Amino acid sequence: MSQKCEFSFPVEGENFDDAGKVSVEIKRLLKGLGITGDILRRTAIATYESEVNIISYAWQGTIDVRVTDDNILINIQDSGPGIIDIEQAMQQGYSTANDRIREMGFGAGMGLFNIKNCSDGFEILSEINKGTLLKILINR
Amino acid sequence: MNLTLLAEKLNLKIRCGGDRLDREVSGGYAGDLLSDVMANSKEGDVWITCQSHQNIVAVSVLKEHAGIILVLGKEPDKNTLEKASREGIPLLVTELSGFEAAGRIYNLLHP
Ligand SMILES: Nc1ncnc2c1ncn2[C@@H]1O[C@H](COP(=O)(O)OP(=O)(O)O)[C@@H](O)[C@H]1O
Ligand SMILES: [Mg+2]
Repeated sequence: MSQKCEFSFPVEGENFDDAGKVSVEIKRLLKGLGITGDILRRTAIATYESEVNIISYAWQGTIDVRVTDDNILINIQDSGPGIIDIEQAMQQGYSTANDRIREMGFGAGMGLFNIKNCSDGFEILSEINKGTLLKILINR
Repeated sequence: MNLTLLAEKLNLKIRCGGDRLDREVSGGYAGDLLSDVMANSKEGDVWITCQSHQNIVAVSVLKEHAGIILVLGKEPDKNTLEKASREGIPLLVTELSGFEAAGRIYNLLHP
């Protein structure tokens, strides 16, 4: 039977209290669709890092997940400051996180790198002072 | 090895999730950077950390850890305790350093 399923969650900038909440919910829904193992693991890392980036750097955003028989497509769209130098932001260890963010154990500069690592397809589009769009594809 | 036995051997104090200590501990991961723990820890691991704030709970839920051990005498924040209780993540504490806790747990898991 062919299966297609979409869900969408808002994420609020600065709301560190709820960091990870949306990713936990997404993982629960994907499990319910029978997704397991390495695919579930990679999706959880990608959504978590994206969620934390919205909270850390953007004003607000949404995480859209579309599941088909073949793949999981995750679009993370935020309104925010955008990323000036995407290549630099992708580098392991590069982070502009402030001390408060670092004290909580975020800001290791591994997020985007790990997201890319977990993806079968990965694209970033960003516009300064408007926002950032991350497109992540994970094959099933 | 389960958490009950681990807690007994290391004299860990249980802060919540006491009803979940029969969970099997398949391995361990020590780290304080959340991205590192997200990327490299595994399901069934016990997570050794000195981060005591509430954000550790979502990481543990996502990674399906067996539990979290706070080292160096760190106590969980009130929000951390509430969230961990709600999510069924066992939280244990010890005066040991991360190095000592990890070393002793490693030896117990790999006799
Ligand atoms: N959604 C975003 N909006 C604006 N800047 C971002 C966004 N995501 C990432 N960045 C920038 O890219 C850098 C690297 O991000 P990442 O690899 O996730 O590491 P970290 O979040 O630990 O700094 C961030 O420090 C930030 O400067
Ligand atoms: Mg990040």
